[in-house]
Amino acid sequence: MNAAPLVALVGNPNAGKSALFNALTGARQKVGNYPGVTVERKVGRLMLDDGRPVELVDLPGAYSLEPSSPDERVTRDVVTGTQDGERLPDALVVVVDAANLDNHLRFTLQLIALGLPVVVALNMVDLAERDGLKLDPKVLERELGVRVIPTVAVRKRGLDELKAALSGIVINGPMRLRKSDGSVQDDIVTLQRRARQIATAATVSETTVRRWTHMLDAVALHPVAGPILLLAIMFLMFQAVFSWAQPFMDAIDAGFTALQAFLTAELAPSLLRSLLVDGVIAGVGAVIVFLPQILILFLFILVLEASGYMVRAAFLMDRVMASVGLSGRAFIPLLSSFACAIPGIMATRTIDDEKDRLTTILIAPLMTCSARLPVYTLIIGAFIPNTQVLPFVGLQGLVMLGLYVMGIVGAFVAALVLRRTVTKGVSSGFMMEMPKYQWPQWRDVGIGLWSRAQIFLKRAGGIILTSTIILWVLLSFPKPPEQPAGAPKISAVDYSIAGRIANGIAPVFAPIGFNRDIVLALIPAMAAREVAVAAIGTVYAIDDPDSNQGGKAMVENLRGRWSLPTALAFLMWFVFAPQCISTIAVTRRETNGWKWPAFMVGYLFAAAYIMAGITYWLAVAAGL
Amino acid sequence: MDMRPDRSVSLETLPRKQHAIVAAIEWARLAGPEARRLRELGFDEGVDVEVLHRATLGQGPIACRIGRMTVALRRAVAGAIQVSPMPAAAE
Repeated sequence: MNAAPLVALVGNPNAGKSALFNALTGARQKVGNYPGVTVERKVGRLMLDDGRPVELVDLPGAYSLEPSSPDERVTRDVVTGTQDGERLPDALVVVVDAANLDNHLRFTLQLIALGLPVVVALNMVDLAERDGLKLDPKVLERELGVRVIPTVAVRKRGLDELKAALSGIVINGPMRLRKSDGSVQDDIVTLQRRARQIATAATVSETTVRRWTHMLDAVALHPVAGPILLLAIMFLMFQAVFSWAQPFMDAIDAGFTALQAFLTAELAPSLLRSLLVDGVIAGVGAVIVFLPQILILFLFILVLEASGYMVRAAFLMDRVMASVGLSGRAFIPLLSSFACAIPGIMATRTIDDEKDRLTTILIAPLMTCSARLPVYTLIIGAFIPNTQVLPFVGLQGLVMLGLYVMGIVGAFVAALVLRRTVTKGVSSGFMMEMPKYQWPQWRDVGIGLWSRAQIFLKRAGGIILTSTIILWVLLSFPKPPEQPAGAPKISAVDYSIAGRIANGIAPVFAPIGFNRDIVLALIPAMAAREVAVAAIGTVYAIDDPDSNQGGKAMVENLRGRWSLPTALAFLMWFVFAPQCISTIAVTRRETNGWKWPAFMVGYLFAAAYIMAGITYWLAVAAGL
Repeated sequence: MDMRPDRSVSLETLPRKQHAIVAAIEWARLAGPEARRLRELGFDEGVDVEVLHRATLGQGPIACRIGRMTVALRRAVAGAIQVSPMPAAAE
């Protein structure tokens, strides 16, 4: 049997493409996973009325077939059949914003000229009507020569008609582009004028009404109120991450602790029990606890993006970003990097300027990602007293804030230096469409969160589980020989393979105050940063098998074995720490080679070492 | 349409909320990709335009309405766009 026909959803940014994609495919969609995938592909399945299944692919938004960003290049390559790993689509669904026809029709004209079967989804007709715009789809059909279906993706209006129109144009058979090379060389200005003519012809009536967007922008973009609002939103976001997540985290933690206690009680002491309790559950549990925080962070970012506010934030931040040689556009990827550097680095695809984009990629790992939270939380909880500095401001929270600020300052300094050295070039511009404000669709936000949760849990189940088990094995063997009673006990960790490796490397880190346990934790932390916590947990569980392994015992162990300067140096290390393997992999993919990821690891490693060292020496000198 | 050159000002200096028509764009002052993106966002002679917001005092970007779209651009680019204020809206 032949593969199902491929239909591509394509259109301008802000045409409501993703909402239409979600409405058409529901939860039956797959988002390409990060590592090892060359193109980020969103695919879903759709049943036509005649029972034929169709594969629907959602392409990145573009303004024309002449790409100015890597994102738009994928779109061009797919619709012209030159994208690796994707066949030429059997039909296109061109999504246009009904309220912005004169602009969106230009790209539509280019796409129709390709010669593939096309149906146009005249999307968000309800919003256009609310704005006082009445359109005649029949006129559009006549002028464009293709079917035009009015839709409201978020209310699922027009979907059946759209599917019926698709059944009519999807034929089983090989597709061919009108021109053999697939290039459409039409002049943009001519196309734009033609698009404006068609839009005017299709407009039945137009009355000006007060627009919500303009009223909201009067506050959001106000020279004084705007930045205050942005600051308030950022504050709320981080507040939510730390306080709303707490009950869920406590519940998850209690669950894993109960599971450990249950297994310890039920199973006889054995290697298997040690692997399960000390390795798997201690390691994976220590990481899954942070799922609520990561989801809340992503919730904010998804809502800010879906509502249209993110672009306003970029507008407000452009001035600041320009001072270090970046543009306001870089703000969006950098904010996403607080959740995780991987989606952050992928979001840089919307930056047209190559040098600008490269700089943003290189500094993205300095934004404190959520994977570093477990490390910060554990160390701060163990070493920083929770004294009140000011009303409502505790010392622990202040240190946490300081670490975030440190990362941001580090990123700005790095950008400033990079733009004057390795990514030197003319200052890039800032030009961006500002979409209308929209009420976020909870369904779309939910789908986005669900895919994030899946990726995180797969990471926990895959790379984190694997590295935890490997570490447990390396820490458990060989076993130290039994010592006669009275003789000093040999440390099981020092005797193990991992302990010997760590003891070998330890002299390199001794000047900055890192002990053997930290060196042990740093190695698997390269796989994923949160493993550092799991690794420390495993080290102490094996070293001290008699104590119970709850979070309390770990804190006691830390306090007994680490000095305060060491703990502070460790925190500072993680502000700059070289990225996890997934970040390195995504950087390699996005920069097409090993040069930049190698550079990134190098400069961050040096920065981490120097900053951790300075912290340690200062803390020791201060007598802490 | 009356578009005497002496009446045109740059978009950078156009007062807020003042409707205007794009009179001329000095493409030579813009970098290649910048010029193309400007065209793609709908900037063209004869299109109506209006400044909606200016970011934080100083040299921040400006937000303007072009056709039915709101577009943010830097002042340097806005300076290359000559516009003729529409008398009807000015009264």
